Amino acid sequence: MDQRRVVLVAGAVVGALSVFLAKAGNPANMGICIACFIRDIAGGLGLHRAEVVQYLRPEVPGFIIGSMLAALAAGEFRARGGSSPVLRFVLGFFVMIGALVFLGCPLRMVLRLAGGDLNAVFGILGFTAGIWVGALFLRRGFTLGRSARMPAGNAVALPVFSVLLVILAITAPAFIFFSSKGPGSAHAPVLAALAAGLIVGALAQRSRLCLAGGIRDLILIRDPHLFNGFAAIFGVALILNLVSGGFKLGFAGQPVAHTDGLWNFLGLAAVGLGASLLGGCPLRQCILAGEGDADGVMAFLGMLVGAAFAHNWGIASSAAGPTANGKVATAAALAVMTIIGYMGVRGSGKGKAQAE
Amino acid sequence: MAYRVDARGLSCPQPVVMTKKALDSCGDVQVLVDNATAMENVSRFARHSGCDVDVEASSEAGEDGEGCDCYIIRIHAKGRA
Repeated sequence: MDQRRVVLVAGAVVGALSVFLAKAGNPANMGICIACFIRDIAGGLGLHRAEVVQYLRPEVPGFIIGSMLAALAAGEFRARGGSSPVLRFVLGFFVMIGALVFLGCPLRMVLRLAGGDLNAVFGILGFTAGIWVGALFLRRGFTLGRSARMPAGNAVALPVFSVLLVILAITAPAFIFFSSKGPGSAHAPVLAALAAGLIVGALAQRSRLCLAGGIRDLILIRDPHLFNGFAAIFGVALILNLVSGGFKLGFAGQPVAHTDGLWNFLGLAAVGLGASLLGGCPLRQCILAGEGDADGVMAFLGMLVGAAFAHNWGIASSAAGPTANGKVATAAALAVMTIIGYMGVRGSGKGKAQAE
Repeated sequence: MAYRVDARGLSCPQPVVMTKKALDSCGDVQVLVDNATAMENVSRFARHSGCDVDVEASSEAGEDGEGCDCYIIRIHAKGRA
């Protein structure tokens, strides 16, 4: 199968599984959401104590293990890393902040649109604006530096942790938190969620599916390849929502969403900018982490810790809207990312001058 | 001798941005990458730009003597619009 078809199939399957998972018990328009699910895992592990968003979502370890298996089968599994690990952690942290102010990662943004949630229109505009700014940095030579081969332990640590998460989700020991109400209590059966995660992980690894990359490549090199995957997710989810009655057009009363357009815009602007600098959206970071990319692992850990802070410090939005702390944190996210972008351009210029 | 772009250790989109800059300023370009994603992206970009593309998988040591599982992408700019 050629690359074009692979990315279309991957997008279509992701769209279909997202609607399926929401029907099977996940929150509405949240069949799959990387940010929400990592946030729930942070809660399940007790890193934050927001009682309504605690659950060890098996989808996320599924993405990581599925990606690892696909990469192993294709001979692409390789321990590598060392490209600004600390900055990747920081970017992952602030990407999560932006996502939780919007209430969703870029994938959930598409799923919300496909469910008729028009608040996501502000989100996609912000996401595009953030990527556009990121593309400016990239065009000027922004880089986080080269990665290099690493000892194998760096590649297997997160997949091993993922297996542990699945075991904990199934055995449900007393020290793991499980929401009894709210979005965290709404979930598909464990094995269905795990199977969907594995399939999405493997397909995303093969297709390089990336929500940020889709828009970035359109802006940067006018290449619609990855955007086709983006469009396939939307198209399939939209059709299935229309057929199954999950489509509800409007702004008010949308599931797990708020109606503050400005902060929907700015929250996802931070995600778009951060994802551009990281080289991929939250889903893509999980996939890279599964392929043995230690830099992807750092972004993943940054997102996990960012989610914990977002709830401990009252940064995450709720259906009532964004919080004051959330607005300050989003502004901080945009400022920090802009500084990292600027430094990354300057750093690349310096490196070049020394080499010549 | 083609212009050489060493994009080893870099992940998308930087190898593509570097290739684009090189293609804009000179004719034939040889791009060195060390992951399959970058190889696909650079090849696709070059083909879309109307160039001939030839990819060779190489496990040989690079100029710095460090071994890597690399791809050498030879981009021939002839006939480019």
